[in-house]
Amino acid sequence: MRRFVLIAIPYVWLLALFLVPFAIVLKISLSDAAVARPPYFPQFDWAEGIAAFIAELDFENFVWLTEDDLYWKAYLSSLKIAVVSTFFTLLAGYPIAYGMARAPEEWRPTLMMLVILPFWTSFLIRVYAWMGILSNEGFLNQFLMWIGVISEPLTILNTNSAVYIGIVYTYLPFMILPVYSALERLDGSLIEAAEDLGCSRLTAFWLVTVPLSKTGIIAGSFLVFIPVLGEFVIPSLLGGSDTLMIGKVLWEEFFSNRDWPVASAVAVVLLLLLVIPIVLFQRNQQKQQEAEQ
Amino acid sequence: MNRMSWFNAVSLTLGFAFLYIPMVILVIFSFNESKLVTVWAGFSTKWYGELLQNEAFLNAAWVTIKVAVFSSTMATVLGTIAAYVLVRGGRFMGRTLFSGMIYAPLVMPEVITGLSLLLLFIGIGLDRGVFTIVLAHTTFSMCYVSVVVSSRLVTFDRSLEEAALDLGCSASEAFRLVTLPIIAPAVISGWLLAFTLSLDDLVIASFTSGPSATTLPIKIFSAVRLGVSPEINALSTIMISIVTVGVITASLVTKHQVARQKREEQAAVRT
Repeated sequence: MRRFVLIAIPYVWLLALFLVPFAIVLKISLSDAAVARPPYFPQFDWAEGIAAFIAELDFENFVWLTEDDLYWKAYLSSLKIAVVSTFFTLLAGYPIAYGMARAPEEWRPTLMMLVILPFWTSFLIRVYAWMGILSNEGFLNQFLMWIGVISEPLTILNTNSAVYIGIVYTYLPFMILPVYSALERLDGSLIEAAEDLGCSRLTAFWLVTVPLSKTGIIAGSFLVFIPVLGEFVIPSLLGGSDTLMIGKVLWEEFFSNRDWPVASAVAVVLLLLLVIPIVLFQRNQQKQQEAEQ
Repeated sequence: MNRMSWFNAVSLTLGFAFLYIPMVILVIFSFNESKLVTVWAGFSTKWYGELLQNEAFLNAAWVTIKVAVFSSTMATVLGTIAAYVLVRGGRFMGRTLFSGMIYAPLVMPEVITGLSLLLLFIGIGLDRGVFTIVLAHTTFSMCYVSVVVSSRLVTFDRSLEEAALDLGCSASEAFRLVTLPIIAPAVISGWLLAFTLSLDDLVIASFTSGPSATTLPIKIFSAVRLGVSPEINALSTIMISIVTVGVITASLVTKHQVARQKREEQAAVRT
């Protein structure tokens, strides 16, 4: 009996506040917009029964998504931004993780803390910090003009470049930590062996270090890619009006256009896009666990 | 290995400079006299003074703290139960669905979580306010708590619990006297994680709050949309310093605990 109650409490909570809401989104995505509030149709009516209810549902909103090129452009551009920024995060994060793993042992806890500290700091504030740096009168332009690289301020804020910088900056700890934990386990004598056997340092790095840190690289990449795909704060603060990301489109569809059925359909498609990377990520984690055992 | 160390030193320096310079600039310019945030005009703490007189920010901060305390506490209780059920519960009907529901919110985009909860609250006619934000935050942060706690539960020696049961403890006594003290550090870090997640959340709070309840991130976001302001810099500085002090204290405490545990273990081996 006690066991039943223990299981039931979190189970019911998650059913009611996670699964049911999602079923509602799915349902509304198949409904039609109506002028009355709540603004969607059909409403569920016990008297008419389930069959009549289902008969009213249709894929109109999804058809609408494919017809208006705003949406598929937004999906494509979110995918592109997520892929490119994941790549740059890896490029920036790998050397840091490598340096940490090769640092003297007594430094490592401090270095770890320095990586984790920004992660605990407000996401919004870290994005905001870049607004002052990247604006036309911002510190980056001031600095570049001072050292004489440019004579006219560059327009960076409110462009896609600012979005990339913001994503790399805020998601860097997610890349560094898994790569670091893979590199830290790596046996240094393997690299020495490779070098003794005639590899140059660079070939030893490519042939030994990189393959052995593969699980860390994959885990870090998914930890960046998955949340970036639905990102809202960074494109809306650092991006411009031409920065199309699906999280921003969903937000605007809901809060500005008040079109709930279309917003729900956008959400359903976004989730379908995420299923593949999430399943791949899960596989990678399982493989890693099996390798450790 | 020493041959490579110049490269490591450079990459560490550049990496940490990249991570910290933006925040350092933010902090420095919160003490700027001028309203123009990018031009230094002398030291001043006037923006902190103005911030403390800004009713709207203070109210929002109060709402945020209330939401964070309630939701993280509820999330810790629910998440710990969920972790216990997942690790110790054995087989039960719908276990796969249950673990799916624990892990899915971790990868779910915030806009979808927010949208779906809002549609639920409207569907059942619940007025949006502090209460609905607490419900929303509890739901996603209990999953984080449960992941943190279950990773601790998996590694600890089950025979300790069995010994307590053999020696006459009831199941709840065994949990309270043996299991809970052992997993306590994980429960505490789960609470801290839930607390910061709640403090930090903009997207889900925007969907689930009503006009009666504005949290600090919502307030900051609407102010920041209009551009950089020294008041927000001052507010950010306060938040950054709280987090810094918190993280450093926590790491010193854990370091101390680990050292003490080692000493005790060594003492136990000797006797």
